[in-house]
Amino acid sequence: MSLLNNFGHYQSWGRYPKETPKEAVPLYWRSELPDLAAFKESLLAYGYGRSYGDSCLNADGVLLDSSLLRRFIAFDRENGIIRCEAGVQLADVLEVIVPEGWFVPVSPGTKFVSVAGAVANDVHGKNHYSAGTFGCHVTQFELLRSDGQRFICSPTQNVELFRATIGGLGLTGLILWVEFKLKKIPSPFILAENIRFSSLDEYFEVAAESDKNFVYTVSWTDCITSGKEMGRGIYTRGNFYNPGVKATPPLKKGLKLLAPFDMPSFLLNPMSMYSFNLALYYKQVRKRSQKITHYNPFFYPLDSVVDWNRMYGLPGFLQYQFVVPDNDNHYAIKEIYRRITASGQGSFLAVLKNFGPIKSPGMLSFPSEGVTLALDFAFKGQKTLDLLNDLDSVVRDAGGRFYPAKDARMSPEDFQESYPNWQEFAKYVDPHFSSSFWRRVTEPLTQTEQHEKLHLVGSRNGTK
Amino acid sequence: MSKIIVVGATSAIAHETAKNFAKENAEFFLVGRNPEKLETVRNDLCVRGAKNAEVYVLDLNELNRHQEMFDAALKVLGGLDAIIISHGTLGDQAKSEASVDDTLREFSTNALSVISLLTIVANYMEKQRYGTIAVVSSVAGDRGRGSNYVYGSAKATVTAFLQGLRNRLAKSGVTVLTIKPGVIDTPMTAHLKKGLLTAQPSKVGLDIYNAMKRGKDVIYTPWFWRYIMLIIKNIPEPIFKKLSL
Repeated sequence: MSLLNNFGHYQSWGRYPKETPKEAVPLYWRSELPDLAAFKESLLAYGYGRSYGDSCLNADGVLLDSSLLRRFIAFDRENGIIRCEAGVQLADVLEVIVPEGWFVPVSPGTKFVSVAGAVANDVHGKNHYSAGTFGCHVTQFELLRSDGQRFICSPTQNVELFRATIGGLGLTGLILWVEFKLKKIPSPFILAENIRFSSLDEYFEVAAESDKNFVYTVSWTDCITSGKEMGRGIYTRGNFYNPGVKATPPLKKGLKLLAPFDMPSFLLNPMSMYSFNLALYYKQVRKRSQKITHYNPFFYPLDSVVDWNRMYGLPGFLQYQFVVPDNDNHYAIKEIYRRITASGQGSFLAVLKNFGPIKSPGMLSFPSEGVTLALDFAFKGQKTLDLLNDLDSVVRDAGGRFYPAKDARMSPEDFQESYPNWQEFAKYVDPHFSSSFWRRVTEPLTQTEQHEKLHLVGSRNGTK
Repeated sequence: MSKIIVVGATSAIAHETAKNFAKENAEFFLVGRNPEKLETVRNDLCVRGAKNAEVYVLDLNELNRHQEMFDAALKVLGGLDAIIISHGTLGDQAKSEASVDDTLREFSTNALSVISLLTIVANYMEKQRYGTIAVVSSVAGDRGRGSNYVYGSAKATVTAFLQGLRNRLAKSGVTVLTIKPGVIDTPMTAHLKKGLLTAQPSKVGLDIYNAMKRGKDVIYTPWFWRYIMLIIKNIPEPIFKKLSL
């Protein structure tokens, strides 16, 4: 879609690094694909550019625009299995399945990702504890390799390619269509609870109690405040609302639909970060409150603001998400908070969540049991990079790892160490496919060259 | 509008329009040249709610098969509420200028085949005294321009034909809708440079769907093309002939 893909400027969500492909080729029909082997440059599929860093970029290479492959192929309404072309968005899927009483099994924080992108990044959502990642629900998909061979991959067919492609960042070839299992829902509403917690220790107490009884859990936290109240925030937990034997009531009849989670209006006010976080924390007036909300604002609060990434301006921003095992009295995560609050470089929104033990079939799958934190930092040049390098060391020492879908600067050493089967995975990378991310983490420049490169890009954008 | 023939069903605009009707569980008869693409469109519409969708392979330049196709459609659908005509080729102006055959073929695809279909459908709908005929023409038909007048004149033919048809069929309660898209981002325009005015087929599809439901006569999609073409149409000829638009 030319408007969505910025008139052919195929960027990533954080708009950093600023790299352009040599060529972008729109794929209109699965029955009329170009000969992939005929391209001189390397290839990478591009959906809607919702990855933050450079995992969806292929500088000076070719991007295969799969957003035009946006058709449904089949929908088994009885058993809840849907098959769609690679470029179908989760938003499109929801439009079709929700009226039939189904929901997507796993969803990230935006519904504007393609199903192939959901597979390639093995996305996770608020229900990781009970449902694992998206890859856990994929029944099969078709992969086209550059030599023209097509593979139907499933848990029982072309198994290695199946496991390599889930979380494989598009490097194993071109995904043509994806089939996955849906989740039956009693209504499109969520019965949600918000609980204010005043410290990280309290977060962990609430989390431990919540994961057993609530399918969807997540928390927004403050990473500005230091001291006793460090890491305070709001814990949200919910389940799909079951109206019981009575027919699903319309919004007017008796059930008061309280104001949805209006995060966007706060986020986009040019308030100082401190007052923003203060307002957010105290917005939750009662310590614990319950409400029934439509699925849209519960799952996708930021989607209602189109192109919110632009609020960070031209320099863009850096997303930073990692997972660390949760042990040692939550030392690692507390240390991370200590360093961020000390740096004075806050993040507007910090999302803190526990991951459960369910393993994904994906070789490079990011989630593992522990606690994950996702932050965005306005890109302020070297000092932002320095802070992140500092945080890296805490994650590294705790045996954690970073999320490729969000990453623009993790070091090759960190990648290779924290994804120990990366070489096993590399066997399945298509020789004609590559991405800026992959080259960065597997063909390292020297430290100086890398710093220079990043610093140069930073100053070109006018940030000092 | 639940029984619909879609001619040129694999065109982006036709598919997007049909998606809206699929949500209302319409039944479709999809006509096009490419069986694989037709099947792809058929599956998509069925997932989106179409009660049924049959495909029929036909190159619209085979004028002598139009009646046969129409009869088959009526048999499958068991009636007819609307027809959407959306097939066509953009052609290559330079190539057409150099070849009479090429020019005439483009004219056949974009004008003659449309007129042939319209003649058949109009008679049927006039007899049943209701129905909607929606045809994709183009802003290019509003005024002949040096850069694409082979395409433009064919569309101008269609526009004028529809105007007359509208006049004739008004007495029978049949709606004739002339659709004039501007520059739309589809495979047809993939080779052209995209500009600020380029619109998405999904928006066009919605505009057409709404116009059909409301019984409109002529729509420009997106809406602002009406005003752009108003200006273009009113530039005096002695000046216009010197421009390179």
